[in-house]
Amino acid sequence: MSTTTANPAPAAAKAPRVETPFRRFVSEFCESKLALGGLIVFAFIALIAILAPLLAPQNPYDLAQLDIMDGRLPPGSEAGAGFTYWLGTDDQGRDMLSGIMYGLRISLMVGAGSAIIACAVGVTLGLVAAYGGGRTDTLIMRLVDLQLSFPSILAALMILAFLGKGIMNVVLALVIVEWAYYARTIRGTALVERRREYIEAAHCLALPTHRVIFRHLLPNCLPPLIVVATMQVARAIALEATLSYLGLGVPITEPSLGLLISNGYEYMLSGKYWISFYPGIALLVTIVSINLVGDQLRDVLNPRLKK
Amino acid sequence: MGVYLLRRLFQSVLVMLAMSVIVFVGVFAIGDPVEILISPDADQMERERAIKALGLDLPLWMQYLSFLGNALRGDLGRSFVFNEPALKLILERMPATLELAFGAMFIALLIGLPLGLYAGLKPNSTGAKAVMAGSILGFSLPTFWVGLMLIMVFAVQLGWLPSTGRGTTVEILGMRWSFLSWDGLRHIAMPALNLALFKISLVIRLTRAGVRETMLMDYVKFARAKGLSPARVTYVHVFKNILIPVVTVVGLELGSTIAFSVVTESVFAWPGMGKLIIDSINVLDRPVIVAYLMIIVLMFITINLLVDLAYSALDPRVRLENK
Repeated sequence: MSTTTANPAPAAAKAPRVETPFRRFVSEFCESKLALGGLIVFAFIALIAILAPLLAPQNPYDLAQLDIMDGRLPPGSEAGAGFTYWLGTDDQGRDMLSGIMYGLRISLMVGAGSAIIACAVGVTLGLVAAYGGGRTDTLIMRLVDLQLSFPSILAALMILAFLGKGIMNVVLALVIVEWAYYARTIRGTALVERRREYIEAAHCLALPTHRVIFRHLLPNCLPPLIVVATMQVARAIALEATLSYLGLGVPITEPSLGLLISNGYEYMLSGKYWISFYPGIALLVTIVSINLVGDQLRDVLNPRLKK
Repeated sequence: MGVYLLRRLFQSVLVMLAMSVIVFVGVFAIGDPVEILISPDADQMERERAIKALGLDLPLWMQYLSFLGNALRGDLGRSFVFNEPALKLILERMPATLELAFGAMFIALLIGLPLGLYAGLKPNSTGAKAVMAGSILGFSLPTFWVGLMLIMVFAVQLGWLPSTGRGTTVEILGMRWSFLSWDGLRHIAMPALNLALFKISLVIRLTRAGVRETMLMDYVKFARAKGLSPARVTYVHVFKNILIPVVTVVGLELGSTIAFSVVTESVFAWPGMGKLIIDSINVLDRPVIVAYLMIIVLMFITINLLVDLAYSALDPRVRLENK
């Protein structure tokens, strides 16, 4: 990682193919068309989620815009307000397309938010464990082992059973479930990296410890962390959807994709498939695209698979 | 081995104690214990009597000790809804959950191992790429949604399989099992496949990754150079070595399969522990929640202990480290 490419005349020779680690990484990532496609699809989904209030034909939270007479219309029906329900409506007469766009916002927000917090907590504790060693290390890693030996759904279930529903409670539950993955990953890498010469060199320069950890050690521990983070975001989104489906996640006023699917369950048995089907497709495409990216990242960033 | 076993047992007991403290704090300290443990229908007199009877006027550590004492005697409270001991309710539903979980594990190994081996041996073939893409799908598909779609296709549209319930059960050893009758098998097919989906992908990926990494090892190259037949190299040198991590993970996954059956059971109305806990959370039947958590924690610790022991028996390196 610390190799610097010899580039004698950077200004004059603007050679298109100078091998920097980043460029090599990009070109290796793009080797898989599937992963590249996943990245593009995910960017598109994220854009839809961010711009939902501008793009959606209807604000599904605004009761004034809903017409109960439009309830459970099949996809393609005309709305009273003049637009088409491309994906049908649910039992409240809510446009499914708009519902999905707004649901994506909540799902992505919860997924990304919990991943960021969990990453911050996990990385800090993991680095403390790796650097502190001794008792600190044992204590933190026992905690990680304990956390990892319980399946995520169970831990989340336990926390939500105590705390009750709500977006913040779901985020908290996801953070508690996920931090251990980050902690274990970063500790493992940090233990290897801290024995390297550049860390020794940094210490010889009498740099303060926190500077060595955050400016020298952490950047070099990033590759495996990126892989874990990608996968964990996908997991968080799926777990949130599952919890919401079970009725333990987000409140009914702020439906995520999981809750939309759950709402359609009773109508599915009578053949009104669209209320559950389309939110599920949206959820699926989101998770698949993230996982495709993560999968390729793992192959590219794993030195053991390098020929 | 004896010392190792003792040490692991001791650790397990410690973890169990720690978890009981967490559950206790979760239910008794974070929430309002009066609200949690006394039925909301109770009037003022009953409430006060119950507070005395439950010892809620005692200091917290004494409450914990009496909670622990009762738990050790198998008394985890009575369900508000069923008015039966919570422990009994859960144990009654355990066979259904175990049956579903084992069915799912069986399907996962049956499908996952051959596909993973194939994908690892021929990583560049079209078939292997299809398998891997499929496994990403298996990881990504939210279990509950796949369950709904299975119901929609096979129960609503095609009408081949029943959508919910357990079907006819046969009683053996005082417990009712579905897989022994044709009707029961038809009922368990969809939920078991649904629950297995994630594990199939996991087994495929573990096997493939193991095969790919093992194939690069010197001893495999050496075995090839010796002129051993490809089949012998594959099944003896490679497969045996990747079996250790796969078996460990599958063993560990048994616990998570049981936990995730919460979702599958809710979708297919499978009358197991998972459905009970979700129903209980939704109606705030807290004694059942507490009992479920304690039992599942005990179950996990036991599974982890067994897997560790099996691991140390299979892998000599672990044994040596702990000597």
